[in-house]
Amino acid sequence: MGYIEMMDISKSYNKQSNVLNGIDLQIEKGEFFVLVGPSGSGKSTLLRMIAGLEEISGGTLKISEKIVNHLPPKDRNLSMVFQNYALYPHLTVEQNILFGLNAKKADKQIQQKRLEETAQMMGLSELLKRKPRELSGGQRQRVALARAVVSEAPLCLMDEPLSNLDAKLRANMRIEIRRLQKRLGLTMVYVTHDQVEAMTMGDRIMVLNDGIIQQVGEPIDLYNKPSNLFVATFIGSPKMNLGKAVLQDSKLIIENELTIPLEQFVNLESLENLNLVIGIRAEHMPYGDEDQQVQNVEIVNVEHLGNETLVSFEVGTELWTAKWLGQWLVQVGDRVPVHISVENMCFFDEETGDLIQEATFTHKQEVVKR
Amino acid sequence: MSMSNPVPASSTDFNEINFENVKKKQKVMSFTKGMLFLLPSIVLFGAFLFYPLFKTMYLSFFLTNARGETTVFVGLQNYIDMFASPIFHQSMKSTFLFVLYTVPTTIIIALLLAVLANEKLKGIGFFRTIFSSTMGISVAAASVFWLYMFHPSIGFINQILGFLGVESIGWLTDPKWALIAVAVTTIWMNLGFTFLVLLGGLQSIDSYLYESADIDGAGYFYKLRRITIPMISPTLFFVITVTIINAFQTFGQIDILTQGGPQNSTNLIVYSIYREAFTNYQFGTASAQAIVLFIIILIMTIIQFKLGERKVHYQ
Repeated sequence: MGYIEMMDISKSYNKQSNVLNGIDLQIEKGEFFVLVGPSGSGKSTLLRMIAGLEEISGGTLKISEKIVNHLPPKDRNLSMVFQNYALYPHLTVEQNILFGLNAKKADKQIQQKRLEETAQMMGLSELLKRKPRELSGGQRQRVALARAVVSEAPLCLMDEPLSNLDAKLRANMRIEIRRLQKRLGLTMVYVTHDQVEAMTMGDRIMVLNDGIIQQVGEPIDLYNKPSNLFVATFIGSPKMNLGKAVLQDSKLIIENELTIPLEQFVNLESLENLNLVIGIRAEHMPYGDEDQQVQNVEIVNVEHLGNETLVSFEVGTELWTAKWLGQWLVQVGDRVPVHISVENMCFFDEETGDLIQEATFTHKQEVVKR
Repeated sequence: MSMSNPVPASSTDFNEINFENVKKKQKVMSFTKGMLFLLPSIVLFGAFLFYPLFKTMYLSFFLTNARGETTVFVGLQNYIDMFASPIFHQSMKSTFLFVLYTVPTTIIIALLLAVLANEKLKGIGFFRTIFSSTMGISVAAASVFWLYMFHPSIGFINQILGFLGVESIGWLTDPKWALIAVAVTTIWMNLGFTFLVLLGGLQSIDSYLYESADIDGAGYFYKLRRITIPMISPTLFFVITVTIINAFQTFGQIDILTQGGPQNSTNLIVYSIYREAFTNYQFGTASAQAIVLFIIILIMTIIQFKLGERKVHYQ
């Protein structure tokens, strides 16, 4: 039994085509659950349906084992942080934080106590008398969080709360929100379009595209075993390199350009003569040694990140990127050997885009179990 | 090259440009351009606002003949006579009463309608059109319409009163009721504009604020009091200012409904000015009254801005 249960939830506007379809999902108590997807995928709609701000067109929604389809937002015992924070511009920070408690006519002393605790926790004690327009972006964000915290609701919904912050602040707030959620034991449903946020924050992630669940799972699983091409390209940066491929005579031919002989221990006979798309992560294409299988490629772009170097090259019509640790003084136009191994590849069906076989190598070595 | 040396030949070009002069020329050019753009407004305002304003001030110190030409300089005598005149007192009293009747009522009703029309309901567009429709009706048409409504015998209002068993009222002929009747007409006429402006203000409030309040469990009236009213305070402020000025300047409906009667009870200040000037041909006293009206409106507006600025929340 999950804390939030969705059974065949769908959403349509004006009884036309569905923006959300057959959503079956369970979110556990105390879990940090991330809904991720490109804009227009329906993730915010789903969140607003949980909050009660949108009508549920079909299916059943349960929160802590009670059906809540018909309940207004205030009876669902949850808090929400909006993308633009939804702070009341005419009220001070203090009044903003206490708005909800005031509306529920909570006892003045309890209000004051909770205000002090929350302000302390969020580092807002000095700012209580200010108006939102006198605060920086990060401080506003904190007020919005404080408003959610002060309600002491066990479920907190967040709708892209970090998208209005600059990159540095965003990285800080990611950690802060995560710590807050753990400390208070909140069940969190967090919507974002940023896969980095999803990967770094979520206990579990749901990838949504065009109103359909693509995959639900832990971040590492999504990264290693993307269940289809959409997840493969959406999760991870730089994105997974893809190429059309066929397997013929124990050789893998990618985009009619690269030919990779199969190593003996790799068993791929079942894939023989199928139309495949292979996917390989950037970090799995190191600079080739002499004793390895190497492909010589011409560099079309180099990005120096300091601790690592991103090298791009063309494979047929696709642009592939390899990630090499350290600083490599290579130049555009150089021909370099790249080690591309079949055991690092995920295989997808070209027609359906579904995963046929995951990479065998990651399986064996990279995941270090606690 | 160092600065202490005599200027070398190669840098003469550099020194020939006098930056100060060029800048001055550019400033003059941009000022001329700006003025050219402003010229149409300056001409129009000058001809129809500033010239009449100063002419009125000038006239208020004179007696005039029937054609409005100045005859005798009387200094402040026009003003002294005016403040001594019981008709002017009556007119002032009526004007202030009229403002008191119309402004709060118009705004409260318009706000109520705007809040209603701001709800997301089926067919709300129809009601929005209806509520704002009085904006498209001219003063003359509206006045004639209400003239019939107020008609002592065949008027709709008295017929309803008769139906309810109440004695019919001489709306426009009874000094007790005439000002109220004119106020009702004015409220009805101003409702459309006020409603529309307030609705616009309501619609510019971010819907997230209400959603957040919903999640917090705020009730309808709590939201109205804590979010809606403060958030439209700039709009309210604007509407109050404009409505007050409008109320002071009421003329058309008076002219058609009552002509200032009965017993001068609806002789509002603008109508009184009009009568003084174009019935009695006393352009001097009329001008003096106009100046007084101008000063009253000016003071009212200044007070409002002083008081309002503090309470109004601008984003």
